[in-house]
Amino acid sequence: MAAVLAFVETSRGKLKKSAAEILGEGKRLAQKLGGTLDAVVVGHGVTALAGDAGKLGADRVLVADAEVFKAFGVDAYLKALVKAVAASSPRLFVMAASVVGKDLGPALAAATQSALLADVTSVAVADGKVRVEKPVYAGKAVATIAASSPMVVATLRPNVFVPAQPEDGRSAPVEVVDAGVKPDDLRAVVKEVLAKASEKLDLTEADIIVSGGRGMKGPENWGILEKLAEAVGGVLGASRAVVDAGWRPHEEQVGQTGKTVSPKLYIAVAISGAIQHLAGMRTSKCIVAINTDPEAPIFKVADYGIVGDALEVVPVLTEELRKLRE
Amino acid sequence: MELFVCIKRVPDSAAKIRVAADGKGIDPAGVEHVISPYDEIALEKAVQIKEAAGAGAVTVICFGPAEATKEIRQALAMGADKAIHLKDPGGARGPLGVARVLADNIRARKFDAILFGRQSIDGDNSAVGIIVAQLLGLPVVSLVTKLELKDGVGVAHREAEGGTEVVEVKLPAVFTAQRGLAEPRYPSIKGIMMAKKKPVEEILAPAPSGRLEIEKLSPPAERAAGKIVGEGKAAVPALVKLLRQEAKVI
Repeated sequence: MAAVLAFVETSRGKLKKSAAEILGEGKRLAQKLGGTLDAVVVGHGVTALAGDAGKLGADRVLVADAEVFKAFGVDAYLKALVKAVAASSPRLFVMAASVVGKDLGPALAAATQSALLADVTSVAVADGKVRVEKPVYAGKAVATIAASSPMVVATLRPNVFVPAQPEDGRSAPVEVVDAGVKPDDLRAVVKEVLAKASEKLDLTEADIIVSGGRGMKGPENWGILEKLAEAVGGVLGASRAVVDAGWRPHEEQVGQTGKTVSPKLYIAVAISGAIQHLAGMRTSKCIVAINTDPEAPIFKVADYGIVGDALEVVPVLTEELRKLRE
Repeated sequence: MELFVCIKRVPDSAAKIRVAADGKGIDPAGVEHVISPYDEIALEKAVQIKEAAGAGAVTVICFGPAEATKEIRQALAMGADKAIHLKDPGGARGPLGVARVLADNIRARKFDAILFGRQSIDGDNSAVGIIVAQLLGLPVVSLVTKLELKDGVGVAHREAEGGTEVVEVKLPAVFTAQRGLAEPRYPSIKGIMMAKKKPVEEILAPAPSGRLEIEKLSPPAERAAGKIVGEGKAAVPALVKLLRQEAKVI
């Protein structure tokens, strides 16, 4: 029996960046509860990654490795997690509030009749309760919520928790989880994956975001933002106005009706800072704003601002950042 | 085609959120409420599917306070045929608690699909639709940007990590709407008039389990005042220096 069970995600033969955050926080909570940390890894050809979970602090690693887990599907993955819960009986189940975690967390909560605390930014355990802080209204307020079900499922917001540092000599016993998933169990079948231009990270997990607003004047000017994003190793975001105008795809939208993000660096270019946009990015660690209007609300949340025309400032910034890289 | 759409009454995204005097909820003064935007997208899609088929009905289901009558009438004006108002007796309820109320009221009814928004814009949990599917033993496809329901099968485009998946699923099934699935319409005058006559079934939801408690609601941490580094491109070198040496983010 473990105090905490952590589901860690994999991508392209590696643990995802979020795994270190989940295991780091999972370890801290397991110690608080006076118990151990189990990790569960699900996928195809992922058994070799169990060692990495051990290095990141897991005391035991449960592995569900089968072809049926090659692509993510909530039906199959849920079966594996339910089996892992049976093997581990944790007080607390943690996973990332990623695209995958947002499907699996609720499904697991339903399957185990556990309270779900979703997309949280801090977790504490005391007097038999799990207490979290969780941004609500896209971050316009923070709720402190306590849950007391026998197991609690918490999904942790990416880029918020302190990642565990790998310890090279550390290892953990590995146990196989036979989820017993048959192809017929998969009710939602992925028939095809449509090609996408980029293999970029989802915005919510990106370290650096370069976002453009209506002040960019038109979609034809996005080339300079793409170059800036490339120079700084970031991904592109957009304001609602820009998405509504059809200049950029909706998956780039940051804000209350788009994605809530907390990257290390958020560069807001030609974005005035509507309340619903600020709600979606105000927890970024460092915010840079470039805008022609010195009174724009974005400057009230920005750490650093440049008052000026984006079309003029951005190429110079890109050039300076490129020089740094060389 | 019998389609259910679950909607939630939420503060408008332009609303300023202030914490109420009890420190546990929001101050309702001056806050406009709307149908949560993703739920509105789900509703629009359901109405479009019904209209294209020329048959069937769209039922709106809303778990919410008495005031949610306004959002229910709005949904009926947008083209839903009838509504079920599950009246919230108050008390804290997490996504599992809300989903139980919905699932318990849906279980005995006949339907081909249930549509949800991918998340409400107040609780931001992205969870209720998925939990309802589990509680009813139905398959679920989340983050749907395109949807076709035909001959007992649903084909959905899902915004997955790294690409769009084309997912096929047997009906009945649950879908959660992502932006792009449909553009919600403004109700016509005729729609608004007709909505007044459409049936709304009212059911009082049971009290919550009490396993979840909202202890406190706080305003977000204020960001420390930033600085304007300068004007125009001349300010760029100073900005880069600050990002490297002070913020240490590049």
